[in-house]
Amino acid sequence: MSILSYNGGCVLAMKGKGCVAIASDRRFGVQTSTLAMDFQRIFEMGPHLYIGLPGLATDTLTVHERLRFRLNLYELRESRKIKPQTFSAMVSNLLYERRFGPYFVEPVIAGLDPVTWEPFISAMDLIGCPNMPEDFVVAGTCAEQLFGMCEALWEPNLEPDDLFETISQALMNAFDRDAISGWGGVVHIIEKDKVTTRTLKTRMD
Amino acid sequence: MECVLGIACNDFVILASDMTNAHSILVNKQDEDKMFKLSDRLLMAVTGESGDTTQFAEYIEKNIQLYKMRNGYELSPPAAANFTRRNLADSLRSRSPYMVNFLLAGYSERTGPELYWMDYLASMIKTPFATHGYGGMFSIGIMDRYYRPDLTEQEAYEILKKCVAEIQKRLIINLPNFQVKVLDKDGIHALGVIKSQNLTA
Repeated sequence: MSILSYNGGCVLAMKGKGCVAIASDRRFGVQTSTLAMDFQRIFEMGPHLYIGLPGLATDTLTVHERLRFRLNLYELRESRKIKPQTFSAMVSNLLYERRFGPYFVEPVIAGLDPVTWEPFISAMDLIGCPNMPEDFVVAGTCAEQLFGMCEALWEPNLEPDDLFETISQALMNAFDRDAISGWGGVVHIIEKDKVTTRTLKTRMD
Repeated sequence: MECVLGIACNDFVILASDMTNAHSILVNKQDEDKMFKLSDRLLMAVTGESGDTTQFAEYIEKNIQLYKMRNGYELSPPAAANFTRRNLADSLRSRSPYMVNFLLAGYSERTGPELYWMDYLASMIKTPFATHGYGGMFSIGIMDRYYRPDLTEQEAYEILKKCVAEIQKRLIINLPNFQVKVLDKDGIHALGVIKSQNLTA
């Protein structure tokens, strides 16, 4: 089995009308044994900027710490909030620095532009090759299932409440078909003037 | 082969570790101490490659002591856990990684009792109960069944005895002795060794 699926877990992000959503499962395990159902793999990097880091749990933690450090230095140097596009490039750069000995994470970024409030999502592979589509991005051990659910449920210009329902259903029905993802979910809906974080009660088997 | 168990409740953390030192098919001794006192309020139970366990635990212990001497105050348990994790994570991508898995128990007035689980990959979780090793796979189900946050020290000790009894019954590996230590507001103290010959399973 790939090192990317050693601990299990998945993340997805979707664009809506003036809002974005990012969601993940909460399982932490070692191969098939589940050790925790409250693992955090989505991190707040700013008031309207979130990153999900599914993959090898140790690198989820390390990459988050290193990004936090780089982001703090950037914001001190520039005296302003980072744009999601710029942050995405920063993540990509950090991962490509380790091109031949990579961090085993596949980041998903969701945010709103701090000036124009334009929704932004991106995802990349473990060496930082970015992908910035118009609709949704997925990553993790049930990426195929997530693609299927998103293709079926997503539509353009979803309002925040509808976006929450869409992303939650896509997430839950995808990870219920994966043995090493699930055990609870967490969803962040990012809007111009508020971020709503909800935890999902799901099947715990 | 080796096994460590840990339970964190409202006002204490209890750790148990087997006391077997074995190489390949040979058992060297049955009274090995696998717990390291990092400070008055930090306790680590370590398994893994036998040279690495001592070397890594003592390196962390000395650095935590050094921090206290330089700054006049101790690292909090979360800070100590993150310091340890970063050391292990850096070691993982070095030429000679440490092969160590451990449980870290901490107590502070601010955070209360805490238990951190970490493996040789430096994946870390904070959890109410955790285990390492084959024996841990049998024990985790028992802990799931009997754990409550308001357990007393004696009740937690009884759960550990249940775990050890199950290990004797179901695991093919011979792990007769488990040392037990408790960490609470008064510091670290040892409870009696759980010996398989005294268990009525």
